[in-house]
Amino acid sequence: MELQITWFILWGLLWAVYFALDGFDFGASILYPFIAKNEMEKKAIIHSIGPVWNGNEVWLITAGGATFAAFPTTYAYMFSYLYTPLLIILFALILRGVAVEFRPKALTDRQRKIWDLGIFIGSLIPAILFGVAFGNIFMGLKFDDAGYYGTLFSLLNLYGVVTGLLFLFTFIVHGGIWVALKVPEALAEKAIQQANRFFYLQGAFAVLFLILTAFYTNLYDNYLKYPIWFIVPAVAVFCLFGIRIFLSKNKIGKAFISSALFIISCVFTGIIGLYPNLIPSSIDPKYSLTIFNSSSSPYTLTIMTIVVAIFVPIVILYQAWTYKTFMYKITEKELKEQEY
Amino acid sequence: MDVLLLSRLQFAITAAFHFVFVPLTLGLSLLIAYMQTMHLRTGDDNYLRMAKFWGRLFIINFALGVVTGITLEFQFGMNWAEYSRYVGDIFGSPLAIEATVAFFLESTFLGVWIFGWKRISPKLHTLSIWLVAIATNLSALWILIANGWMQNPVGYVINNARAEMVDFWAVVLNPYGLLKFAHTVLSGWALSGFFVLGVSAYHLLRKNETDFFKKCFKIGAVFALVSSLLVVVVGHQHAKEVAHTQPTKFAAMESLWDTSTDAPMYLLLMPDPENEKNIVEAIKIPSLLSLLAGKEEIKGLKEFHPSERPPITLTFISFRLMVALGFLFIILSLWAFIKMKTPETSPLMLKILLWSIPLPYIAGQLGWIVAEVGRQPWIVYGLLKTADAVSKAVEFPQVVASFIGFTLFYGALAVVDIYLLAKYSKKGPEPKEA
Repeated sequence: MELQITWFILWGLLWAVYFALDGFDFGASILYPFIAKNEMEKKAIIHSIGPVWNGNEVWLITAGGATFAAFPTTYAYMFSYLYTPLLIILFALILRGVAVEFRPKALTDRQRKIWDLGIFIGSLIPAILFGVAFGNIFMGLKFDDAGYYGTLFSLLNLYGVVTGLLFLFTFIVHGGIWVALKVPEALAEKAIQQANRFFYLQGAFAVLFLILTAFYTNLYDNYLKYPIWFIVPAVAVFCLFGIRIFLSKNKIGKAFISSALFIISCVFTGIIGLYPNLIPSSIDPKYSLTIFNSSSSPYTLTIMTIVVAIFVPIVILYQAWTYKTFMYKITEKELKEQEY
Repeated sequence: MDVLLLSRLQFAITAAFHFVFVPLTLGLSLLIAYMQTMHLRTGDDNYLRMAKFWGRLFIINFALGVVTGITLEFQFGMNWAEYSRYVGDIFGSPLAIEATVAFFLESTFLGVWIFGWKRISPKLHTLSIWLVAIATNLSALWILIANGWMQNPVGYVINNARAEMVDFWAVVLNPYGLLKFAHTVLSGWALSGFFVLGVSAYHLLRKNETDFFKKCFKIGAVFALVSSLLVVVVGHQHAKEVAHTQPTKFAAMESLWDTSTDAPMYLLLMPDPENEKNIVEAIKIPSLLSLLAGKEEIKGLKEFHPSERPPITLTFISFRLMVALGFLFIILSLWAFIKMKTPETSPLMLKILLWSIPLPYIAGQLGWIVAEVGRQPWIVYGLLKTADAVSKAVEFPQVVASFIGFTLFYGALAVVDIYLLAKYSKKGPEPKEA
């Protein structure tokens, strides 16, 4: 019982960290074709995510692996029900990874243009589709014990699309701030401009999302039962304002932390509302996949808890060290010397 | 064509592609770590140039290994939902452990290595490539423990209409998984050795950077020879384990129809599954099969109902070819080893080594065909049939689209990978700094 709740929190945490990290890779890559106007600026943006994107993506793999190990029934049905959107996300992520790694090794301008497009498309699609997928999970999927009745198009409903766009604008702001932290001044200015501009869309869609959530989902039920939890969405709103305030004071580092905390508190806002469901059934709650009816055995959960308790802190430590090591302003001189 | 067959083909294609990119990273990472350590110890700049030259080829390959690996993890849920539901309590754990313990480490420190040349101390930088190398091989360990469980399920009970883990250490220490790990990783090392030999041979034939590539050749020759010898030794142990745990696979590997004691081996053999016999059986070596299997009596295919047998011709031919290639690798690497001080004096050997680069790749693919096709009709040997493992919610047009998509996309990626590898291999190392 308690193990399942532990794993539910961990499940949420893995997704939250994934979005807080890979989110800025997506955002930087979406802004990339619009703000990088010459080869040096393009190199600078790729360099800003180059050392970390791969390690960031592993949080997704771990989220997937943890779902498999801790909630195998949910893993099985979530992935097969969402077959087509996941397939599109997969293709996009493959394209993104290959494009980021291969662009610096391209030998002609034409190859560079293809990889430029790959960096953009390969980040735009997952940024939106992850939001669409989570929006639909919050609403509940149309399934009973005989199977699933939705299609790719039924996922593109109003609530799903609004959640998708909230994700998109959030990642663009997040990525813009990250780029501003890392690149030379002139380009950083452009990134900040975009972050400021998209902030209004992010804010508008956050409000829209919170309103629509009352009509499309049951997420607020848990909050009405235990109002203390309202503190989590309150933190999210607080952090949202923090982004704006710190940006206007030109405190980019603090704006980035606000943005990351906004993403993490948003994910937990959803997770708390979802409890104890992992995927609610929109047909009848009795078919819903919960942390109790879809989990692994207590034995397996215990083993996995031990593994995670030992290794996740270690991962966080060395990734934090990596961020510290690479948290510097890239200079033009360095871009000229960069070999890879 | 149906969802089942297409899902199987799709998994085969995506896994085969993944294993085009992975084996080189297993061995090359270690060699690069060795080169950089030698630079640290001797101060010889050639070692640094080596680490950078081979490192670039490593990175090109690594990126594709990573992105094609995600597909495999997702596919268990997407296409094999019934499998995932039935075995997730056990099978999910090694996958999650792989990500947490190994994959984070290799991905994070590869980024550190690529971008850290001037940012961190040379010692720390060398340590980061060692961490990448160790984590890459550790990653293979957990994946092959997972695969080993599909081959020889242990440490479980059937409970709540699924397989539940009762003994974690039995799953981890499953001899099948550990032997498979050793066999697979060593084959990747051999492949990397031959890759280094082949690329070095290309430059030696053109008298380009002769001193530099003679040094590389030497490292490649030693590594290829040791790995090629070990892969056969471990392979033999592995086959014994198969004979012990998977009688249908073993019988198909040898195309043995009738149960026999003191079974001979035929060097030339051609199966005829329709008539449950072999068309050709020539050059008999008495008792060899029983000797190799490590047991007197070997069960023939006829002991099993045809629906319980794997595809025989494919399993048999793949196994024979893989073994033949394995012995060829010993001969070739021995030749390279004997000549490693003066490889430039033997253009014929260099040409053969250059054209041998694809052979270990082929051997690896054949090995996986034996492992996976030979396990059929089971997805988990003796426990769950492949036909019962496929997703029920997925429809035919979805799998058609994904199958075509993967084939085209991965095909294009393979072309790009080979193109870039060839370009940067031919380009050679950066000139010495003045």
